[in-house]
Amino acid sequence: MTGYDFPLAGARLTALGSGALWWAEQRLLCVSDLHLGKSERRIRRGGSALPPYETRDTLVRLAELIAILQPDTVVCLGDSFDDDAASRALPDAEKSQLAALTQNRRWIWIAGNHDPAPADLGGEQMAELHLAPLTFRHIADPAAAAEISGHYHPKARVRSTSRPCFLLDQSRLILPAFGTYTGGLRSSDPALTSLMQRDALAILTGAQALPVPMPR
Amino acid sequence: MSDTAPALPEAIENWFAARGWTIHPHQHAMLERAGAPCTLLIAPTGGGKTMAGFLPTLAELADGTHDGLHTLYISPLKALAADIKRNLRAPVEEIGLPIRIDDRTGDTPASRKKRQRADPPHILLTTPESLALLTSYEDAARTFKGLRRVVVDEIHALAESKRGDQLMLALARLQTLCPDLRRVGLSATVDDPQAIAGYLARHPDPCDIVLADPGPAPDIRMLETEAAPPWAGGGAAYAIPAVMEQIKAHRTTLIFHNTRAQAEIFFHNLWLANEDALPIGIHHGSLDRVQRERVEAAMVRGELRAIVCTGSLDLGIDWGDVDLVIQIGAPKNVKRLVQRIGRANHRYNAPSKALLVPANRFEVVECRAALEAVRENDLDGAPRGPGPRDVLCQHILIAACAGPFDAGELYAEMTQAGAYAGLTRPEFDACLTFCATGGYALKAYDQWQRLLQRPDGKWQLRDPRAAQRIRMNLGTIQDADLIKVRLMRSRGGKPLGEVEEAFAATLTTGDTFLIGGQTVRYEGLREMTVEVTRNPGKKPKIAVFSGSKFATSTQLSARILAMFKQDSWPALPRHTADWLELQREVSELPRAGRLLIESFPHDSREHICAYGFAGRNAQQTLGLLLTKRMEELGLDPLGFVATDYATLIWGLEEVTDPAPLLDPETLRDGLEGWLAGNAVMKRAFRGAATIAGLIERNTPGARKNGRQATFSSDILYDTLRKYDPDHLLMDITREEALRGLVDFGRIEEMLERTRGRITLRRLERISPLAAPLLLEVGKVPVKGAAEEKLLQQEAAALMRQSGLDQLPQ
Repeated sequence: MTGYDFPLAGARLTALGSGALWWAEQRLLCVSDLHLGKSERRIRRGGSALPPYETRDTLVRLAELIAILQPDTVVCLGDSFDDDAASRALPDAEKSQLAALTQNRRWIWIAGNHDPAPADLGGEQMAELHLAPLTFRHIADPAAAAEISGHYHPKARVRSTSRPCFLLDQSRLILPAFGTYTGGLRSSDPALTSLMQRDALAILTGAQALPVPMPR
Repeated sequence: MSDTAPALPEAIENWFAARGWTIHPHQHAMLERAGAPCTLLIAPTGGGKTMAGFLPTLAELADGTHDGLHTLYISPLKALAADIKRNLRAPVEEIGLPIRIDDRTGDTPASRKKRQRADPPHILLTTPESLALLTSYEDAARTFKGLRRVVVDEIHALAESKRGDQLMLALARLQTLCPDLRRVGLSATVDDPQAIAGYLARHPDPCDIVLADPGPAPDIRMLETEAAPPWAGGGAAYAIPAVMEQIKAHRTTLIFHNTRAQAEIFFHNLWLANEDALPIGIHHGSLDRVQRERVEAAMVRGELRAIVCTGSLDLGIDWGDVDLVIQIGAPKNVKRLVQRIGRANHRYNAPSKALLVPANRFEVVECRAALEAVRENDLDGAPRGPGPRDVLCQHILIAACAGPFDAGELYAEMTQAGAYAGLTRPEFDACLTFCATGGYALKAYDQWQRLLQRPDGKWQLRDPRAAQRIRMNLGTIQDADLIKVRLMRSRGGKPLGEVEEAFAATLTTGDTFLIGGQTVRYEGLREMTVEVTRNPGKKPKIAVFSGSKFATSTQLSARILAMFKQDSWPALPRHTADWLELQREVSELPRAGRLLIESFPHDSREHICAYGFAGRNAQQTLGLLLTKRMEELGLDPLGFVATDYATLIWGLEEVTDPAPLLDPETLRDGLEGWLAGNAVMKRAFRGAATIAGLIERNTPGARKNGRQATFSSDILYDTLRKYDPDHLLMDITREEALRGLVDFGRIEEMLERTRGRITLRRLERISPLAAPLLLEVGKVPVKGAAEEKLLQQEAAALMRQSGLDQLPQ
């Protein structure tokens, strides 16, 4: 396993090099900000036609993880689709690819700010998920504790290498974006430095999940 | 108004006579050919070239009967357009000709631009980008109605770039709107006038070439200094006192640099040594427009004794009485050197005076070689190959902005541009498909095409609002992302210029850097602007401007290798000749027909140095290819650095047999395979994808809050490589790899020259010729197994230092 193990509010979690979170005890896999259908949304709005492979690529990587870990529950932490129309416009091949994944296990779509009402593609939809001791929601609540969230697409720079990363402190974990066409927000951005405690870690994604002190 | 040679109207003749000026023979020749469909004038700088281009226009417009636009003048520089407006308006007003002249560039206010489209002047002075934008409007036909002549200034510079390709496609468009349009090109001295003529003319029209008297040979030499140049680097700080003496001894001196950063540093040092407080200015493309204009105005008024500058002053702006040109750093390219030298003695039929200042020891050799090439009038040039298709894609989008078009007609029009004469219909159709649907192997988004084919067969934009996005992203100039620098506090913050975003990202509060000749302190980044305060006295960090990094030309490299064959070097300064002799003693000097590789331990790492003499970009690529191969062979390379003549690689293992590394097939495979992950290739892709309209650098309202909105173009590249490797943009990227940044063509050339003849020299320590490379900046780390290992070590160290590894797990 290429992950980094850590405790959060008593739960033993693993940050995977792929950017997904694994909760072994619950057999729960969590990914954030898939942004499926991003290229479709872009051209729909009069922009250029990006290579339309990001949905396939994101789903292939997700399917690989599921095949290895065999989770009982998959949680998509919001912004799973680039917008509502993008979820409706998903090509048939990718719809069935997704449908196959959501079968035979519990699948939860958490609402994001891009896709407040996830489409009817199987699975349950909820605003937040409480699974003691943790709470899963899209955007971090500064007052919360034991919280897993996404939204910010954090990335961090070490040795002139910039990579998507998890951010972790005593109260919360923020996941990197799992989608193929996603950018990142530097960990030094005030939005993140004000949210995370002083001794926070950034866990870099890559061949090996690498913890470093969060660059501020 | 006629298409035959117009006699010069009396008023104009008299104006010349009143000044005691005679019309030059080449100016007469241009008048005689006024009716020809295409004429190319080749004249040295200051030979009255621009006037030669405009005389036929003035003659045709003198009777005041022409309605609307008559002549379009296109220059590569905004400043040049403004300068010509000034220089042309003066005689027109003095003679009393009924001619309206105006300029139109990115700096022109929107209200004036709008007026120009509705009511164009007789003569419009503009740039390739502004012209392309003009042709993208629905009312283009009305704007250009009556257009007779187009004058392309400095066409030798445009013909080397995608800006020129874009311009020629725009001219093909104009030619359709105005079938009688006549073309004139004005060029500095070039190696192959015929190639420029073919580039300018409507294919397959003929193009007359008029050669002006080249004037007396220039007086050019190397600057003698007390101190020897340093071993490496590009600052030439050692030459400051000698340059200062030269400034004092001349009326006005232009001091050219190859990069903006070097110009800044040199200016800073010159200013510190300027005890007499002589008026000296600085001018380069990263400075704020207001600052540049102030320097230009002072220059025109003759108030400056010297101006430190870069390529932004390369082209023919009339700066008044320059009597000395100094080139700091090796010129890299003989043609450009000759053009720069021509800037001295602009108005006199006297030899131009120029001094070369090598920035380091190796450049002494290169300057010597360049001097000889100038003396023998041996200019360098390389054929450019067919017109790039990313520019073609952009032009298709521009055509769509102007209104529905017929694909067959557009194809026929584009192949009238010389660079695209060989374009096949399937190639064109692939570009059209790319613009319409993205052209992906996976047929997606049927209902959301960018271009739609209408029932009548014509193509149009699906969403008319797309026109705004396309216009916002028009152009082929690929500057690194720049962000503005402003002074804090002073009335809204005085703008100073721009720096690269990547440079700004390395700054932390308190850091100092040079811009516009002053040292400033970084205070913070606010709304995509770097805020600084003045901070005199403190030693600055250096601003890293992109600027162009020219590679030494093939011809100049060949001359250097030829010089190395000499038994001794009486023409070189003692310090440099001694250095070469020492190299010959402990190792050997590189030869044209052989590839010399030195291998030696240094600083507890193994090193190899490959003297390919293929130019900076190709040597850089060679470094990437060799280290990739070394990684595969378990030689654990750690990094490399490249100059115009060699690549130095360091790693953990000694290389005992370099032949397998340099096998041509292996290198070519490397280029293909290494397409996978390399940053240089991704940059080439990024350029092509931006020009072709896939990546939009500017979107309405998006620039302000860039967070999360944008993702790296590298991801698009990786995605295409994985799912659609034969996509048009991947094909264009591979084509780009043969030139420019990757420059694999020069590696091929080197392999052809050396044909597998490799000399490996195992040395006990670093050689005299290799030593300067260790001092070079721009070392490239190898992101291989060694890097991953080091990253893990670094992460562990950071955790230890911060005590975070002690936290309970």
